[in-house]
Amino acid sequence: MTWTPVCPLPDLQPERGACALVAGEQVAVFKAHDGALYAIGNQDPFSGAFVLSRGIVGTRNGEPTVASPMHKQVFSLVSGVCLDDPGTVIPTFQIRVTMGMVEVSVK
Amino acid sequence: MTRVLIIGNGPTAHRLASALTDKGFTGTVTILGEEPRGAYDRVALTSYLTEGRDLAYPEISGVEVIKGVKATSIDPQAKTVNGTIPYDVLVLATGSAPFVPPVSGRELDGCHVYRTIDDLDAIRTSAARATTGVVVGGGLLGLEAADALRGLGLETHIVEMSPWLMPRQVDEGGGAVLKRHVEALGLTVHTSSGVLGIEGHEKVTGLRTPDTLIEAQVVVFSAGIRPRDELARAAGLAVGERGGIVVDDGMRTSDPAIYAVGECALHEGQVYGLVAPCMTMAETAADRIMGGAAAFTGADLSTKLKLLGVEVAQFGAMSGALDVTYLDPVSGVYKKLFVSDDASTLLGGICVGDAAPYATLRPFVGAALPAAPSDLLFSPVAVELPGDAPVCSCNGVTKNDVTEAIKKHDLTDVAGVKSCTRAGTTCGSCLPLLKKILTESGVATGTGLCEHFAHSRAELFKIVQVRGITTFTQLIDEHGTGRGCDICKPVVASILASLNNGHVLEGEQAALQDTNDHFLANLQRNGTYSIVPRIPGGEITPEKLIVIGEVARDFGLYTKITGGQRIDLFGARVEELPRIWRRLVDAGFESGHAYGKALRTVKSCVGSTWCRYGVQDAVTMAIDLELRYRGLRAPHKLKSAVSGCARECAEARSKDFGIIATEKGWNLYVGGNGGFTPRHADLLVQDVDTETLIRTIDRFLMFYVRTADRLQRTAAWLQELDGGLERLREILVDDVLGICADLDAQMAAHVVTYADEWRATLDDPVKLSRFVSFVNAPGTPDPSISFTTERDQIKPELLQVTSR
Ligand code: SRM
Ligand SMILES: Cc1cc2nc3c(=O)[nH]c(=O)nc-3n(C[C@H](O)[C@H](O)[C@H](O)COP(=O)(O)OP(=O)(O)OC[C@H]3O[C@@H](n4cnc5c(N)ncnc54)[C@H](O)[C@@H]3O)c2cc1C
Ligand code: SF4
Ligand code: FES
Repeated sequence: MTWTPVCPLPDLQPERGACALVAGEQVAVFKAHDGALYAIGNQDPFSGAFVLSRGIVGTRNGEPTVASPMHKQVFSLVSGVCLDDPGTVIPTFQIRVTMGMVEVSVK
Repeated sequence: MTRVLIIGNGPTAHRLASALTDKGFTGTVTILGEEPRGAYDRVALTSYLTEGRDLAYPEISGVEVIKGVKATSIDPQAKTVNGTIPYDVLVLATGSAPFVPPVSGRELDGCHVYRTIDDLDAIRTSAARATTGVVVGGGLLGLEAADALRGLGLETHIVEMSPWLMPRQVDEGGGAVLKRHVEALGLTVHTSSGVLGIEGHEKVTGLRTPDTLIEAQVVVFSAGIRPRDELARAAGLAVGERGGIVVDDGMRTSDPAIYAVGECALHEGQVYGLVAPCMTMAETAADRIMGGAAAFTGADLSTKLKLLGVEVAQFGAMSGALDVTYLDPVSGVYKKLFVSDDASTLLGGICVGDAAPYATLRPFVGAALPAAPSDLLFSPVAVELPGDAPVCSCNGVTKNDVTEAIKKHDLTDVAGVKSCTRAGTTCGSCLPLLKKILTESGVATGTGLCEHFAHSRAELFKIVQVRGITTFTQLIDEHGTGRGCDICKPVVASILASLNNGHVLEGEQAALQDTNDHFLANLQRNGTYSIVPRIPGGEITPEKLIVIGEVARDFGLYTKITGGQRIDLFGARVEELPRIWRRLVDAGFESGHAYGKALRTVKSCVGSTWCRYGVQDAVTMAIDLELRYRGLRAPHKLKSAVSGCARECAEARSKDFGIIATEKGWNLYVGGNGGFTPRHADLLVQDVDTETLIRTIDRFLMFYVRTADRLQRTAAWLQELDGGLERLREILVDDVLGICADLDAQMAAHVVTYADEWRATLDDPVKLSRFVSFVNAPGTPDPSISFTTERDQIKPELLQVTSR
C-alpha cells in the first residue's frame, strides 16, 4: 500500500471537500463535522465531470454524504454508493493522518 | 428449462422481458428485433428529433437480445423461428406498421413514415434540403409528425380526410378549437381533403389534393397503422379480417405455444394503438407464461397529450344522453362532459386547450359525478378520488395501490412511488395525480424542509431572526437533527445572508454554499465556471466593454450576451477565477450574482432620454434599483425591469418586480415570472412618485425574503399568499400587520452593509486559497477539462458518463 501526502490536516475545511491528484487519479477528500476523514473518486458518474469534491456535505439517516454539485445526486462518503440510485457506486479510497499530514492511498 | 423467444423488440417486448425477470422466471429469454438498436421508448419518439433525447430503455440483465435480425418464418411443428432458433414458448410482439395509402408517387425520395428512429433520421436528412413538408393524416401521430416538421424549419401542411383534426379523440367543436391553435402556430390545415397523388421524378416536388397542389419536398404518411401479422398469417395462426393476431384473455394465439402481445394483437375484435394496454398485455402474458391466470379484459382508450403546445384529452365515451360544454374561443379552451340522461353518471369527456378535467374526472367515468357537471367544467373543484380509481392507466395502478405503497414503504416523494408501483414511469401524465395522493396521504403536506428540519423556510427565518442565531451548527443543534444536506444548508446560508451576517464565504458559512456561491461563479457541464460581471441596467461604457473583451481574449473564454442584458464569460477553471476577477474588479466591475439566489438584473429600455415615446428616465431608475438591491439574498433569484412607457420594451411585467413609467410617475407590478411557468405581474401600486415606488419595493422584497418557501419565486409565493394581491397591498401599503417599519429598517441595513463579494474575496488570502483544482498540486490545471472550437470560440469537449 502506497500512501501519498495530500495536505496538512488543518487545511481541510470541515464539511467542505478538496480534490487531490494521486497517481493520476482525482480523489475528493472530506473532513466531516466530527473530524472523520473520507476519500472518494472525484468524478460524478452521472455528468462525467470531476466535481464531487465541490458538493455539499451532510448526512442522510445519519450516514455521511456528499451531493453532486451538478445534478444533486447524493453519495455515501463511507461506501461510495449513490443513495438516490443504489446501482451506481463510485470508488472509495483509504485515508489517514500521519504526523499532521492527510494521506491517501489509491492502491 | 423453458426457452421463451420474443419476436419484435418494441416497448411491449421490453416490458414482457422485464416482467419475466422481475417475477423470477427461471428459463431463458431471447428477443429478436429487426431494428439495428435495442428497445427504446417509441412514445417519446419525437423528442429524439426535437431534443436529441436518448430513448433507449435500460438493458435487462440475463435477457439475450439479437439486434438487426428479422424473423421471416415460424415453424409451429418444429418450434423454430427462421428454421434454426428453437423455442418452447414464442411471443409475437411485432407491433404495427404505418399504413401508406396506395397513391402514385409514394415511393419517391422524400416520402416517409413516422415510426422508428431510422425514419426520423431519414426525415431529418430530407428536411435539410426542403422548405415545405406535408403530413398526410391529422390524427394524434400526424399532428406529432407535423410538429416535428415545423421544428425542422419546414413550412408545414396537414391533410386530413375527416372534417376536423383528431377525429378519434375529439368531436367537431373540439376539432374547431384545435384547428385554430394549430393554425396560430403557422401550420396550414386542409380538412375534408385527401391525397390524389405525389408529384415528382425521383424526388418529391408536391402533393395533389382534390382542391389544390401543395408544393413540397417532404411527405410524411401518418394515415393510420396496421398490425404486423404477416408472420402469424404465414404460420397459419388465426388473424382478424382486418388484421391483427387473434388472442384470448391470456394473450394466447390459436397455437397454445404462441402468444401475441402489443399492437399486433387482436383481442375481442380490438387492436390497441396505445402503449398502456400493450403494457397490460405484456404483464398478462408474463404471468401466464409462469403458470398464472392473469387475464386481459380490454382497456380504456383514454388519452391525454400535449401536441403543438396544446393540451388534448379524451376519456370514457365520446357521446352520451346529455352533454355540457364549456367553450372559451378567446383563449382556445373547449371542454365537454357526457353524462347519463339523469345527469348523475359521468360517461366521458373531451378537452382541448386545458386538460385539467382529465386528471380529476377520468377516475369517475361510470360513477356518480362528484359535483354538478357545469361546476366541474367552469371552476375546478377539489374532488376526492375513490380508492379503486385508476390513477396510472399506462401501468394499471389504482389509487389504493399508491396509498398502500406509500404506507408500506414509508414513501415520501413521487420518485419513491414511481419505483415501487411503476405508476408515472411511462407517459408521465399521471404525475400531478401522484403528487396529490402523496399530499392527501399526509406525506408531502409537511412543511419541513428535509429530514434535518421539521420547519419551513419561513419558520426557520423567524427562529434565526428572533433567537439571533448566527451559525448553522447552532441552528441544527438546537432545532434540527443530523448535519444537514444540499437542501437545508443553502437555505440556512441564504437566511443568514439576508440577515446581514457578513461575507457568504466567512467561516462556517462557506461550507453551506452550493458550489456556485462557493466559487462565486456558475458551474458549467464540464466542471468549469462562468463569470457574469454586473452591468446595471444594461448600460456600459466602451472602456468597460473593451476590458471584458480583453479579459475574455487573454483567458480564452467563450463570450455571450445573455438574456439579462449583460455579458457572460464561460469556461474558466477554478484557479483562474481570482486572476480574472482581479482584472475585472480593477476596471470597476463587481459581482453580478448570477450564481446566487439573489438579485440578478434590472433590465431597462432606453427610456425618455433617447426614445421618442419615453415618459420617464427608465435607465436611471433601473440602475438605481439594481444598485440598491444588489447582493440581496432571497429564497430564489430576483429579477426586475424598468420600461420608459407602456410599450414595455423592457418586458417588466415578466419580472418579480417590474416598473412601467406613466405620465404621472411609476406603476409597480409584482409577481411576474418567465421560466417554467410564465406569469404576468400584477399591478400593486399605480402612478406613484419615485420615493413611494422605492419604499414599496423595499417592503415587497423584504416581506418575500422573510416569508417565502425555499426556491419559491415571487410569482408562486404571491399565488399562495392568503388573500392574494389585495392582502399584499394591505400589508405593504396600509401596514395592517404593523411590520413596515421593520421591513424598512431591514432593507436600509442591507443597503448600507452591501459590499462586493469578489473584491472582499480578492483581499482575503484565506478565501482565495480555495480556488485551486488540486490541494496537493495548486499549479496543475484539471486534466479532464478540454475544449474544441466552434464559430471561433471555445466549446467544452463532451465528458464520458460512467452511469445512466
Ligand atoms: C446566461 C443566461 C442565458 C443566456 O445566455 O442568455 C441564463 C443561464 C442560466 N439560467 Fe436562466 N439564464 C439567463 C436568463 C434567463 C431568463 C431571461 C431574463 O432574465 O430576462 C429567464 C426567464 C425569466 C425568469 O427568470 O423569470 C431565465 C430562467 C431560468 C430559470 C427558470 C426560473 C423559473 O422561475 O422558472 C432557471 C432555473 C432556476 O433558476 O431554477 C434558470 C437557470 C439558469 C442557470 C443558472 C442554470 C444553471 O444552474 O446552470 C444558467 C447558468 C448561467 C451561467 O452559467 O452563467 N434560468 N433565465 C441568462 C443570464 C441572464 C443574466 O444576465 O443574468
Ligand atoms: C410517434 C409516435 C408517438 C406515439 N405516442 C403515443 C402516446 O403519446 N401515447 C400512447 O399511448 N402511445 C403512443 N404511441 C404508440 C406506441 O408507441 C405503441 O403503442 C407502442 O410502441 C406499441 O409497442 P409494441 O412493442 O407493441 O410495438 P412496436 O413499438 O411497433 O414494436 C415492434 C417492434 O417489432 C419489430 N418487428 C416487427 N416485426 C418483426 C419481425 N418479423 N422480426 C423482428 N422484429 C420485428 C419492429 O421493428 C419494432 O421494433 C406513439 C407511437 C408513435 C410512432
Ligand atoms: S418602452 Fe417606451 S420608452 Fe422604452 S424604448 Fe419602448 S417605446 Fe421607448
Ligand atoms: S398514466 Fe401514463 S405513466 Fe401513468
